[in-house]
Amino acid sequence: MSFWLLLGAALAVAAVVVVALPFLHEPAPQSDALDELDAPERQRLEAEEERDRALAALKELEADHRAGRISDDDYRAVVGVIRRDAAEALRALDRLRGAAREGTGRGTAKSG
Amino acid sequence: MAELGRAALIVTLGLALYALVAGGAAATLGRRRLALSARNALVAAFFSTVVATAVLVAGFVRNDFSLAYVADHSSRELPLPYKISAFWGGQEGSLLLWLLVLTGYSALAIWIAGKRARDLVVWVTPVLGAIAVGFTWLLVAVSSPFDTIPAPADGSGLNPSLQNPYMVAHPVFLYLGYVGLAVPFAFAMGALLSGRTDERWIVATRRWTIVAWTALGIGQLLGAHWAYQEVGWGGYYAWDPVENAALMPWLAATAFLHSVMIQEKRGMLRVWNVTLVSLAFCLSLFGTFLTRSGVVSSIHSFTQSGIGPWFLAFIVMAVVFSVTMIWLRLPQLRTSARLESLVSREATFLYNNLLLVALCLTILWGTAWPILSEAVRGEAVVVGRPYYDFFLRIFGLPLLLLMGIGPLVAWRRASLRGLGRVFMWPAAIALATGVLLILLGSGSSIPGLVAYTFSAFVLATIGMEFARGTAARRALTGEGIPTAFGRLVGRNRRRYGGYVVHASIVLLAIGVAGSSAYDSVVEGRLARGDSLAVGGYTLTYRGLTEREGANATEVRAVLDVRRGGDSLGTVQAGKNAYSVEQQVSNEVGIRSDLLTGEDLFVIAEQVNDDGTVFFRVFVKPLVNLIWLAGLVFVLGSLITLWPDAREERRLATRYARQGEPADGTATT
Repeated sequence: MSFWLLLGAALAVAAVVVVALPFLHEPAPQSDALDELDAPERQRLEAEEERDRALAALKELEADHRAGRISDDDYRAVVGVIRRDAAEALRALDRLRGAAREGTGRGTAKSG
Repeated sequence: MAELGRAALIVTLGLALYALVAGGAAATLGRRRLALSARNALVAAFFSTVVATAVLVAGFVRNDFSLAYVADHSSRELPLPYKISAFWGGQEGSLLLWLLVLTGYSALAIWIAGKRARDLVVWVTPVLGAIAVGFTWLLVAVSSPFDTIPAPADGSGLNPSLQNPYMVAHPVFLYLGYVGLAVPFAFAMGALLSGRTDERWIVATRRWTIVAWTALGIGQLLGAHWAYQEVGWGGYYAWDPVENAALMPWLAATAFLHSVMIQEKRGMLRVWNVTLVSLAFCLSLFGTFLTRSGVVSSIHSFTQSGIGPWFLAFIVMAVVFSVTMIWLRLPQLRTSARLESLVSREATFLYNNLLLVALCLTILWGTAWPILSEAVRGEAVVVGRPYYDFFLRIFGLPLLLLMGIGPLVAWRRASLRGLGRVFMWPAAIALATGVLLILLGSGSSIPGLVAYTFSAFVLATIGMEFARGTAARRALTGEGIPTAFGRLVGRNRRRYGGYVVHASIVLLAIGVAGSSAYDSVVEGRLARGDSLAVGGYTLTYRGLTEREGANATEVRAVLDVRRGGDSLGTVQAGKNAYSVEQQVSNEVGIRSDLLTGEDLFVIAEQVNDDGTVFFRVFVKPLVNLIWLAGLVFVLGSLITLWPDAREERRLATRYARQGEPADGTATT
């Protein structure tokens, strides 16, 4: 067996060790479940995306109007709609956070 | 050493296969350690590919001609930089480069994205693993760079046309682009597989897409400059199938970069965006297939080989998988947001997308037609330059105009009166430019005139955008002009970086229009002392010189150049005769005028035994703007890519889990 082939075999062994590392580090973990977002967290995430989108749109509109890219008429035509969207996104996020707090509170009361 | 190279590739194949199977199982069953293990496999696959690459590079540097690939693409006399670039000068090596870039990108992408989209990355790993399996299989079983032969005394050398500095960089950039498109594709498919169709896949891949798109753009420009200098036909782009193969995914990615903004701003076009990402990736595979299968005749393609059917199967699988996933997730991708007006920013971006995709598909049809016609009628019918030029004008000129209009139209809806006020000055400047050009005699080419007029319009809008933005910021903060300008760009990098990229495309359009619509050409056989006049220049042939280069005999015809009575020095054009490769290359002479952007381009078509030379001489106005456009393009991309700390903090807060720090330092 040549030196280079031995090196190749060593590479294969190293690869197996690297792949096995998570199992070697935690041979008997408390939980092996994936850390996935649950349904409320996914809803919160989507609501935050919606909020960021609405606030960014409002900010951009104001900047465009200030810079003279958008006329007064066009500004007035859309600013109300965008503000309504932003307010609705904030309200939706508040509702979700409130529900999450209630859920946590109930959980704490039960466990207590 | 060949054994080590082969072993490293087999290890890569095993690791990629493990990332695919274990990654898929981990994502489906929700197993954390298995997911981490699959991720490790993908990272380790990069390092084993690095080992295989190092073995091949060492083979070239050490003149190890027992490796058939080295013997076929190098020689003892070949200068060292070309020995290294010979690594990707043939089919097997270029596939290895593909794999190296793919595994490198994959390792980096899943490591970075793991901080913000952990549950998404779990699904991305098997997709990237599947792509890596496809390429590694080709290298292990079909087209290995580590096949050995009884070592000859010397190699066959490298194709002379590849012995050019641009060929050292061009394929690397092209592959960074082609392969980079695999990352957004994998994240899009990961999002569809997992059902997480929120914006995280877009946030995770935004920079990857721009990096791949920029690299693909630079790679094409480097290739165009190589063709201009090395191929010696007087042009830089010939609508060759392999050139088109790089242009098509770039166009699809350009469309995606614009349409993804509509999803980010309005939550619309989700189906369209995953479709475009899939199209861009599948077109990058198609491009690789065209180059490597030998199905089309091109100066860029490698020889006929057995990997064509494998590649075709790979493309079919990618297309079927993408279409199936998009179809299955259609209900989740649909949104309630609708286009409110046909005169709005999102509408202009949509028009831009339709034009880009139409241009892309038209080029695809022209490129695929010889293959289809040969399959159906047994005779390959090649689509010529007029077909492509026609559609470039039909779709390209409106695209140019939209570049000026789109960024200045309000989101949701805009009134025509408001638009009239915003565009009054740019339109006036464009009109004045058009009239001036007609008066100066540029009306001979209508497409050229339209391109220049539209270019003036776009440049005016870009200039006004910077001026308006700086003025508004000064009014708000009282900052000086340089500070206000710097902070304006620094705090809106995507927007103003985008404008700089638009400016580069305008420069490109001006350069292409000038050098193709307004060029001059003359040809003739000259004896010593004879002259030839073209485009205001007079060239006088002085004689031949000959010298021995590093690995070739270089013959040059020397011509004196004069314009308007002034001597501008000499220009040399000729041929190189490569002894090892037994080939002769055309070496053109180029005299660039950096003030006007014009080139005097001389080809010594035929050097005769009696000392006479048959010359073809071009004058190409503004052609150097094309190369300048490349530099501006890189600058714009860098501005767009430069990290924005405020944006990073905002995203970190958004994606922080309840009860976790916002920097995403928690482990998977």
